[in-house]
Amino acid sequence: MPLDPMQLEPAFWPFLIATVVKMLVVFTLYMVVVAYSTLAERKVSAWIQDRHGPNRVGPWGLFQVLADGVKNFVKEESMPGDVNRPTFLLAPAIAFTMALTAWAVIPFGAPLPTPWGKIDLIVADAPIGVLYPLAITSLGVYGIVLAGWSSNNKYSLLGGLRASAQMVSYEVAMGLSVVAVLLLMGNVSLPQVVALQAAGGWNVVLLSVAAFVFMVSAFAETNRVPFDMAEAESELIAGYHSEYSAMKFSMFFIAEYANMLTASAMFATLFLGGWDIPFTDWDTTGPATVAKALATFAIFAAKIGAFMLFFIWIRWTLPRFRYDQLMSLGWKFMLPVALAYIVIVSTGMLLLDIAGVTRGSGAYLLAFLGLNVVLMGLLFVILDRGRLISPASSRLDRARVDRLRAVAAGRSSIAAGEVR
Amino acid sequence: MAVTKTIEVALSTTGLGPDGRPIRIPLGAEGLTSAPPSLEPELEGEHMLINIGPQHPATHGVLRLVLELDGETVVRCIPHVGYLHCGFEKIGEYRQYNQIIPWTDREDYLNSMGNNVAFALGAERLFGIEITARCTVLRVMAMELSRIISHLVWLGTTCIDIGAFTPFLWCFQERENVYKLLEGWTGARLTTSGSRVGGMIADVPSGWTDGLRAFLRQFPKTLDEVDRMLTRNAIWVGRTVGIGVMTPEEAINYGLSGPMLRASGVAYDVRKDVPYLDYETYDFDVPVGTNGDVYDRFLVRFEELRQSVRILEQALARLPEGPVDVDDPRVILPPKHKATSEMESMIHHFKLVMEGPRPPIGEAYVPVESPKGEKGYYFVSDGTAKPVRWRIRPPSYVNLSAIPRMVEGHLLSDVIAINASIDIVMGEIDR
Repeated sequence: MPLDPMQLEPAFWPFLIATVVKMLVVFTLYMVVVAYSTLAERKVSAWIQDRHGPNRVGPWGLFQVLADGVKNFVKEESMPGDVNRPTFLLAPAIAFTMALTAWAVIPFGAPLPTPWGKIDLIVADAPIGVLYPLAITSLGVYGIVLAGWSSNNKYSLLGGLRASAQMVSYEVAMGLSVVAVLLLMGNVSLPQVVALQAAGGWNVVLLSVAAFVFMVSAFAETNRVPFDMAEAESELIAGYHSEYSAMKFSMFFIAEYANMLTASAMFATLFLGGWDIPFTDWDTTGPATVAKALATFAIFAAKIGAFMLFFIWIRWTLPRFRYDQLMSLGWKFMLPVALAYIVIVSTGMLLLDIAGVTRGSGAYLLAFLGLNVVLMGLLFVILDRGRLISPASSRLDRARVDRLRAVAAGRSSIAAGEVR
Repeated sequence: MAVTKTIEVALSTTGLGPDGRPIRIPLGAEGLTSAPPSLEPELEGEHMLINIGPQHPATHGVLRLVLELDGETVVRCIPHVGYLHCGFEKIGEYRQYNQIIPWTDREDYLNSMGNNVAFALGAERLFGIEITARCTVLRVMAMELSRIISHLVWLGTTCIDIGAFTPFLWCFQERENVYKLLEGWTGARLTTSGSRVGGMIADVPSGWTDGLRAFLRQFPKTLDEVDRMLTRNAIWVGRTVGIGVMTPEEAINYGLSGPMLRASGVAYDVRKDVPYLDYETYDFDVPVGTNGDVYDRFLVRFEELRQSVRILEQALARLPEGPVDVDDPRVILPPKHKATSEMESMIHHFKLVMEGPRPPIGEAYVPVESPKGEKGYYFVSDGTAKPVRWRIRPPSYVNLSAIPRMVEGHLLSDVIAINASIDIVMGEIDR
C-alpha cells in the first residue's frame, strides 16, 4: 500500500513553518473572536433586557468592536499620581499575555492534510497538556493583584485582594475536578483526552459532578457574575482596574474575555469531547481530509460559542455573591465535593476493572452514567438542601417566604404603641 | 365665596409677636458653641478608612459614607449629608404658595407628583379648602403612580447594587410607561408640578384613563417576572436575609417610617392610620415584615407595588365626573375667556397672579404616606401670601439616620445592600 505523503507526520522544517503559521492564525482568530464576544455580550444582554444593543456602527452593529478598539487606542492615557509605575504598567501586560498563552495546548480540530504532511490542529502538543493552561491561568492572577496594589487606591486594593483570594481558592477546586478527568482518561495530553472521549463517550456524561465543579470554578476563575467580586461595580467601582484608562484598561478587558474563551475551550475539550462530532465516527476514523478538519473545527467553535453564551446568560441573570459566601462556597462545598468525587470515581474504576468491564464499552459508560445520576441527585436533592446552590429557597423554605409575604390583616396604630 | 372655614390653630413653635403675627424663626441664631467634630475618625490598629461617595455608583446621589474597615468588616460608619443642599425651605419663604410647588418636584424627584399633592393638602388645610370629589380621586391616582415610580427605581437600583442588572431595565421600562401617563397629564415627566392649591394643574386628558387601565393590566406581569428573578433566588436571599436588621423598638426609636418601619414589624401606614384623600374607603392591605432586614424591606416594597395597582384600579372605577378645581375665588384663577373679556375677572386674575392667595394666620401640617415614609409639609402663615416658614418632613433623612446602627459589623458589600434598602433620595435629604 503506497504511503500518502498527506497522511504522514511532517518533516522538521514544514513542522516549524506550520507551527508559526498556526500561531499567527490562532492569535488572529482569537483576538477577533475576543473582540466579537464583547459585541455578543452587549447584544445578548440587550435581548435579555428588552433593548436593542449596539446597532449604529455598521450593519447590525458589527463594526462596533472596531470603533471601540480605535477609541481605546487613541484615548488619552492617564497615569494617577503616586502609582508604582513599573508594576502599574506591567499588570495589564501580565493579565493580557497569560490569557492569550493558555490557548496553546488546546486541540481545535482533526488533523489537516497538506502536501508537506499531516498537520495537527494544535499549536503545541505539549506533554504536560492539561496542566499547562491551569498553570498559566493561575499566573494571570498576578496581573490583577499587581494592578490592585500598584494603583494606590483603596478600592483597587480591595479588588485585588478579593481577586487573589478568590482565584487561589477556586484554582484548587478546578484542579481537583480535572484530576477526576485525568484519572478516567489516564493521560494529561489534551489530544489524547479528546480521542478517548470520541471513542468512549463524553466526560460530561461520565463525570457530571466534575463537569459541574469545573463549570462553577470557571466562572470564579474568570471573575464573572455571580463571582465578580474583584470588579463589583456597585461596591468597588471596577475594583482593580479603576485607575486604568485607554489601552491599558482595554487589555484587562480583552484578558477577561480571553479567559472566558479559554475556560470555554477547556470545558469543551475536557468534558464535551473537544472537536469530536457526536453520534458519528466519520470524523475520528479513516484518513484525514480537509472536510473533516473544517467540520471538526466548526463543531469545536460551536461548543465554545454555546458555553460563552452560557457565561453571558448567567451574567445578566444572577445577582452577585458576597465575598464570604463565595469563599465558603469554594472551600466548604466545592473542595469537599471534588475530593470526595475523586475517591468515588477511582473506586468505581477499580470495581469495574475487577468486574472485567472494558474501558470505552457501553457497559462502562452506562455504569458511570448511573453513578453520576445518583451522585447528582444526592448533591442537589439531599446534601445541598438549604445550602448555597439549590435552585431556590436556599435559606428560607416556601412556607416562610409565604408568611413573610402575607400582608398584615390586623391594623395597629403607632399611638397605641402596639408592636407586632 | 364657596367654602370658608375658620381654623383653630395653636402656634406651638413660634408664638405671636406684639403685632399679633407669628415671629419669624431666627435661623442660625444659636451659633456654634464648640468646634465641629472631626470628620475623619482616629483609626485603631490595622484599620482602614474608606470613603464611599459622594461620587460612587451605589450611594444614590451624593451621600458620603466614611467607613472604618477591619479587613472588609465595617467597624464604624459616619454618614455625611448636605452635598446637595439647595435651600428649598428658605426659598419657599419668598414664594407664593403655588410658586413653591415646583420646588417640591425637585426634592424627592422620584415622587414629584406625590410631593405636589402632599404640598397642596397641607396648603389647603391652611387655607381651609375642601377639594372636589374628582380632584380627590385624581390625587389618589397621582400619589399611587408616583409610589409605583419610586418603588420601581428603588427596586431597579437595589438590583444593580446587589449585582443583578437585568431587573433594573425591566423596572425602568415600566417606569417609562408611568412617565408617559404623567406627561400626558401634566406635560412634564420628572418635574410634574401637577397640583395647585385647591385643585390640579389640569384634568386628565381624554383617553388617559384607558392608558392607565392598559398599564394596570400589563404591569403585574412585569412584577411577576421580577418576582421570579429575585424573590426565591438563592443568591438574592443569601445577600439580603439577616442583613441590616432593625428591631421594632429600634425602628420606632430611630423615627423610621414607611416600608423601613413596616419591614421591622410595625404596622403603621399613614394611609390607614391618619387617612387623607379618602384612603380609608379604599380596599388595600399594608404589608408588614417580621425580621426588619433587607429582604423584608424588599418584600414589603414589592407587595406595596401590587397594592398600589389595587388602589389604582379602585380609583379608576370610582372616578367621578365634575370639576377638578374648587369653586373658591381666593385661590383659583377665573377662566381664561372671562379674564380676557370681563373687567372684574381680569382684576381678579391680576390680583391672584401678582399678589397670590392669602391664607389666614396659622399653621398647618398634613402627613402623607410617601413611598419613603411619612412625609409632610409644615406651614406657618402670618396672613401674607408667602409662608413665614415652610418645612419639609423628609422620611429619607430620618431613615438614613439609622444607617450606622444597621451597617456596623457587616461587610462592605452589605453596606451597599443596606444603603439601597433605605431607599434614599438625596434631593429630599439635603433639600
